[in-house]
Amino acid sequence: NRNDKQYVGFATLPNQVHRKSVKKGFDFTLMVAGESGLGKSTLVNSLFLTDLYKDRKLLNAEERINQTVEITKHTVDIEEKGVKLKLTIVDTPGFGDAVNNNECWKPITDYIDQQFEQYFRDESGLNRKNILDNRVHCCLYFIPPFGHGLRPVDVEFMKALHEKVNIVPLISKADCLTPNEVKKLKDRVRDEIEHFGIKVYQFPECDSDEEEEFKQMDKELKECTPFAVIGSNTVVEARGQRVRGRLYPWGIVEVENQSHCDFVKLRNMLIRSHMHDLKDVTCDVHYENYRAHCIQEMTSKLAQDNRTDSPLPILPLPTPDVETERLIKMKDEEVQNNHH
Amino acid sequence: MREDTAQEQGLDLEPPVRMEEEMEVMEERVVEIEHPLPCLSESDTQGIIKGRDLFGYVGIEAVLDQMRRKTMKAGFEFNIMVVGQSGLGKSTLVNTLFKSKVSRKSCTPNYEEKISKTVHLQSVSHIIEEKGVKMKLTVIDTPGFGDQINNENCWEPIVKYVNEQYEKYLKEELNVNRKRRIPDTRVHCCVYFLPATGHWLRPIDVEFMRRLGKIVSIVPVIAKADTLTLEERLEFKQRIRQDLQANGIRVYPQKEYDEDAEDRILNDKIRENIPFAVVGTDKEHQVNGNKVLGRKTKWGIIEVENVAHCEFALLRDLLIRSHLQDLKDVTHNIHYETYRVKRLNESNANGLALSPLTLENGTLEKSDAESHL
Repeated sequence: NRNDKQYVGFATLPNQVHRKSVKKGFDFTLMVAGESGLGKSTLVNSLFLTDLYKDRKLLNAEERINQTVEITKHTVDIEEKGVKLKLTIVDTPGFGDAVNNNECWKPITDYIDQQFEQYFRDESGLNRKNILDNRVHCCLYFIPPFGHGLRPVDVEFMKALHEKVNIVPLISKADCLTPNEVKKLKDRVRDEIEHFGIKVYQFPECDSDEEEEFKQMDKELKECTPFAVIGSNTVVEARGQRVRGRLYPWGIVEVENQSHCDFVKLRNMLIRSHMHDLKDVTCDVHYENYRAHCIQEMTSKLAQDNRTDSPLPILPLPTPDVETERLIKMKDEEVQNNHH
Repeated sequence: MREDTAQEQGLDLEPPVRMEEEMEVMEERVVEIEHPLPCLSESDTQGIIKGRDLFGYVGIEAVLDQMRRKTMKAGFEFNIMVVGQSGLGKSTLVNTLFKSKVSRKSCTPNYEEKISKTVHLQSVSHIIEEKGVKMKLTVIDTPGFGDQINNENCWEPIVKYVNEQYEKYLKEELNVNRKRRIPDTRVHCCVYFLPATGHWLRPIDVEFMRRLGKIVSIVPVIAKADTLTLEERLEFKQRIRQDLQANGIRVYPQKEYDEDAEDRILNDKIRENIPFAVVGTDKEHQVNGNKVLGRKTKWGIIEVENVAHCEFALLRDLLIRSHLQDLKDVTHNIHYETYRVKRLNESNANGLALSPLTLENGTLEKSDAESHL
C-alpha cells in the first residue's frame, strides 16, 4: 500500500470547494433580446422548465404603437440535487418593434453598463461581504428565420453589445425551415457575423487531455452555431411518449429531438457545460474592460492632480454629479492659487 | 388545440454528462427533485418563483462539475507559516504533514550559525500533486523567533511580512489592468509551536498570538508532545485554552466565523481539542508487520499517525483534509478584507482617495508641507 502511505489528503480540496459551493449556490443572469413574437419567452420557459410569463398580458396593436424598449427582470430560484441556482432573466420587450428603431439597443447597453457600474462601486467599497452580482452573463439574441440572414438592426445590435456581454445568436422559430434552409441560413449568418466583425461568444478550446467523447461533443457544438431553436410551453404525445412539442396537422415537432432542432445543444451549452465559462468571460473580460475604461476616464478627468500616480488612486465617487465635480475643480484651483 | 400544461414529472431528460471520473465525495446530499404542486404558486411583485414549479430536470448541478474542472486545471495555492523557537520540530512537522521534504531542516551543528541574530523569514515553494490535484505549497519559516536572550518585538518582522502580502494583493487588485488570477502569497495559516512545558502559556506566546491572531489564522500546537503523559496533556491543553480566553486571543477556527449550524458543530469539536499535541518524524519503523512513521525509543515506538499516541493525524485532517479551503476563505474574506478596509480608511485620511469630503484634509496637509519649504 505504498500509495496509501504517500497520501497526504489535499486531493480532497476539490470536494471541500464543492461543498462550499453547494452551500453558497450559484447565480446566473441571462438576457433575451429580439423582436416580439420570436419565441423568446417560450424558449426561456423550455430551457428552465418554468412558466415565468403566465401572467403576461400581450398589448394590442394600438398600445404598442407608443411602446418603448423596457427592461424587465424575473428571478427564479431553482434547486436540483442540493444545488441552488438563482436565475435572473432579463427581458427586453419592445426591442425592434417600433417603426423607427434607431438606437433601440441603447436602453439595453445602458442597463448592462449600469450593472457593471454597480458592481464596480460595490467591489471598491468598504463592505464587500454581500455583493450582489447582477451583471449580465449571457445574451441570447433571436434572429428571425424569415429573412435571408442578418438584418441591419441585427448587425447594429450585436455590434453595440459584443464588447459588453457574451452574445449567443439564435435562429428562432426554426420549425418553419426545412433542414436545407436551416443549413443555408446558418452558413449565411456565420459568414455575415465574420464579415461585419461581430464578436459573438466563443467556446473555449478543448484541452488536449480531454476525453474523446467530450472533444467530439465540443466539435459538434462549434459547428452547429448559430443554434436553430424551437421552444414550447405544451406537452404533446409523440411516439408513445409525452414530450415538449408543437402539434401541427402535418406532424409533431419535438423540442428535445436533436434531429428537429438545436434546443438540446443550446441547453447543454448554456447550463451543463458552459455556464461557468460564460460567467468567467463576463468577469474577466467584459467587466475588466469596463472597469479599466472607467478608471482611465476618472483619472484623465483629474489629470492635473499629481496624486494620480499614487498606488491607491481611486475610490469611486459616491455620486459623480456635476455639482461635486465643479466643487472639486474649484478646490483644486484654490490650492493651485495658494501656492503661487 | 393546446394540451394542458399538466404538471408532468415523467419527462426523463438526459442526466448531466460527467466530464471526468468520480472522485470520492465526502457526503452525497441527495435532495429530491421538487414535486410540482397542483397549482403554480403566486409570483410576488418581483416575479420570484419557487423551484417547486419545475417539472423535469434542468441539469444545473453540472455547474459544479464545470467549476471543479476549472479549479483543477488552475491548481491551488496554499501558504503555511510556522513559528516557534528553534528545535521544536517545525520543519520536521511540515515535512511529515506533506509527506515530502518541503521545509529545509536546520541541522547545522555549529552553534553560531544555528541561532540567527534576528528573525528573518524564509519562504520555500513546492508544487506537489496528488490524484490529479496540483498544489503550490509555500512554507514560510521564521528562524530566530524567540531564540534571543531579549525577545522583545521579535514578532514584528512576522507582522510586517503578513501585512506586506496583503498589501501586495491589494495593489494588484486595485490595478487598472489586473491579472485574471491574482497570485496569492498571503499567509493562509500560521502554525504556532508551543513547547511542551506542561504549565501554561508563556508571555512570548501570549504576545505573539495576541498580535498575530488579529491578522492571520493561528493554529497553535504543542510540539514534541512525547514528553507529556495523557493526563498532563489534557491539563496543559485546558490551561492553554483558559489562558487564550483570558487574553482575548482568537485562534482558528474562530467562533464568530462559523457560517451555519453544521459548521458550528464541526468546529466546536475542534475547538474543544485544540491545541493539538503533535509529534513529527520522517523515520519509519516496523510495528506489527507494518511500516509506520514513528520515533523509536527504549520504551516503545511513538507512532505519529496513531491517534492513541498523538494528535498529528487530527492536525493533518484539520489543516489539509477538511479545512484547507476554509483557511483560505477565512484569510480572503475576513483577514484580507479587514486589512483592506483599514488601508482604504488610512488612504482616505491622507487625502489619497478622491472624494469631496476628504479633499479638505488633503489640501490642508499639502499647504502645510509646502509652507515648510
